[in-house]
Amino acid sequence: MSDAKSIFLKDATVNAADGDQRAFIRKALGGYYTNRDLQKARYRDWEMARDVASMAKWTAVNDLANVLEKFVGNFERNGGVVHWARDAAEARAIILKIAEDANAKAIVKSKCMTSEEIHLNDALEKAGYGVVESDLGEFIQQLRGEAPYHFVFPCMHVKREAISELFTKHLGTAPTDSPEELTMIARRHLRQLYIDADIGITGANFLIAETGQISITENEGNARLTAALPRIHIALSGIEKVVNYLDDLSVLLPMLATAGAGQPMTCYNTLYSGPRKKGECDGPEQFHLVLLDNARTRLLADPEQRDALHCIRCGACLNVCPIFKNIGGLAYGTTYQGPIGSVITPHLRGLKQWNHLSGASSLCGACTDACPVRIDLHHHLLHNRRNAAKESPTLFDRLFHNGFNFVIKRPWLFAAGGRIFRATLPFLQKLPLPYMRAWMKTRDLPKAPSQSFRDQWKNQNV
Amino acid sequence: MSDARSDIFARIREALKVKAPKPHLKGDANAGKSSVAAKPWLPEGGDDAEGSLLILAEQLAKLKAVLIRVPDRASASKALANLSLSKKWKKVAFHGHELLRPIAAGLSCETWEADASFDKQRLEGCDAGITTCESIVAQLGSILVSSATSGGRALSVLPHVHVVVAEAAQVVPDLGAALALARARHGEQLPSMLSFITGPSRTGDIERILVLGAHGPKELYLILIG
Ligand code: SF4
Repeated sequence: MSDAKSIFLKDATVNAADGDQRAFIRKALGGYYTNRDLQKARYRDWEMARDVASMAKWTAVNDLANVLEKFVGNFERNGGVVHWARDAAEARAIILKIAEDANAKAIVKSKCMTSEEIHLNDALEKAGYGVVESDLGEFIQQLRGEAPYHFVFPCMHVKREAISELFTKHLGTAPTDSPEELTMIARRHLRQLYIDADIGITGANFLIAETGQISITENEGNARLTAALPRIHIALSGIEKVVNYLDDLSVLLPMLATAGAGQPMTCYNTLYSGPRKKGECDGPEQFHLVLLDNARTRLLADPEQRDALHCIRCGACLNVCPIFKNIGGLAYGTTYQGPIGSVITPHLRGLKQWNHLSGASSLCGACTDACPVRIDLHHHLLHNRRNAAKESPTLFDRLFHNGFNFVIKRPWLFAAGGRIFRATLPFLQKLPLPYMRAWMKTRDLPKAPSQSFRDQWKNQNV
Repeated sequence: MSDARSDIFARIREALKVKAPKPHLKGDANAGKSSVAAKPWLPEGGDDAEGSLLILAEQLAKLKAVLIRVPDRASASKALANLSLSKKWKKVAFHGHELLRPIAAGLSCETWEADASFDKQRLEGCDAGITTCESIVAQLGSILVSSATSGGRALSVLPHVHVVVAEAAQVVPDLGAALALARARHGEQLPSMLSFITGPSRTGDIERILVLGAHGPKELYLILIG
């Protein structure tokens, strides 16, 4: 069993048994369901709009080389600098080099899951830079020394009392149980940090080929400040975030907000093209964009699951996933949690280590229904299961499938097997079979019918 | 060793040698222009100016942004002066624009044309930032500001209150129209920042409870002339 798997199984078991925490998560998501449905109802046809959104991503991802090339040309023409990183280590090295060349001290960051993916904060801190997460949820998680719980709502599992305690401990503020007051504490604390920072690091939600702009979606205004006040702006993005036309955003931005957070539009959707231009009064002197592969091309090479690269990271599939709601986001042990994380992590980090996530699904399909860009999430989980079985079948898999193959081709053997199975079923319940134990702990086996289907068929048709 | 850029491109080209099937879609989703293809399906933005204004008012109210409609520039000036008095503003920063200069001149508190000499510390100390905008999207209640026409990047987000003064003719039905308008106006010389602002800054990070004014303005006013 891989380490990742054994940790997953342990955490998932503990969390699933924690009724209080599960109720808390469900309650937190309650408002989201209501708002999402209200916003969806404003669409004249949500399903048709999904088609358009998925097509916008499909055309870009399936022509990635050309679209990316066009984007980069335009981005550079706007005065930005592009850096290429094959993997996480290269991306970290590039960003460290920019910071070093700039003689930077303080760095402020807005929410960027790609930076979690490459463990950027660790690297920057080790090199002696002060790094502060400015998104409220990320700020809280940074103080807690914990990874984000949900890639859109990073600290949705933390109760206000715990946040108050955390702020008292780290910021010396008086305890309070008001979310509003807690938010204001963070606001006051972070304001000066934006002003003092030399470098602002952001992610990117979309890269627009036609204009060379990057688009950043956020609610708090922290990304706006991060890209406005420091003298250097570094954006970090996966290569798959590119779309062909600026106009594509007219569909993608509202759908991202509605699907993921139940909003008509996220509060700030900002397009950046280059550093401060002539005649503009503020903005950074340098604008860097780090484009990261980090095994995305491996996923691209799988035509069956290529559409997983269409993901716009809205978080809708997590919000509706029964597994996510029961085991929580941290148990996944991945940068991207929930169904989309379970689909892509085996590609990004190895099927052998991460295949167990393919089983972290009831295959109910709620994720696939929720996805604004129509990624076939639950089928991809099945595809991963199949691929893992093919790649390194367990002894049980092999015995079972070969045995099944042998029996199913021989009707007399199948009939005999059925008879034996029906006769022994009552005793199976008591046998300590390893594969049955977990299942049987909370369930009874059904009663065996006295006749097989084929016998019944024969008897009725005589 | 080859460089990262050519390596990544080589990987992409190799990966795309095997084609993925086109998704089975019901509609004519690949008509080329997303906004055209999706127009019949997206939320309504109004068929005429009057319709758009109605939708806009409704959206802004839901977003907890305040819409103040005035007939002319003189009354816009008065509305802002009243707001400033009732909120007890002491310092207000504004974008040096021909529409805003006379309006700012009518304020009794300290005013500062922020784009003339950018000073982030001073800007942080302002009670309000006053800007114009590129356009206003009725469909979603979004206001499009830019670094070119709204006094840079920080003025619309650093002060604690943001006031936008605009003409009713700047209201467009939907997001597609706003994007097209910005492109038509700026051509190849796009401002370094274009930002759709949809309501005052907000967060739901603590227990998913909505709080306004996370890092950006807590209050957003749109003074619409005409
Ligand atoms: S897979 Fe779809 S639903 Fe899940 S985060 Fe990505 S875009 Fe959203």
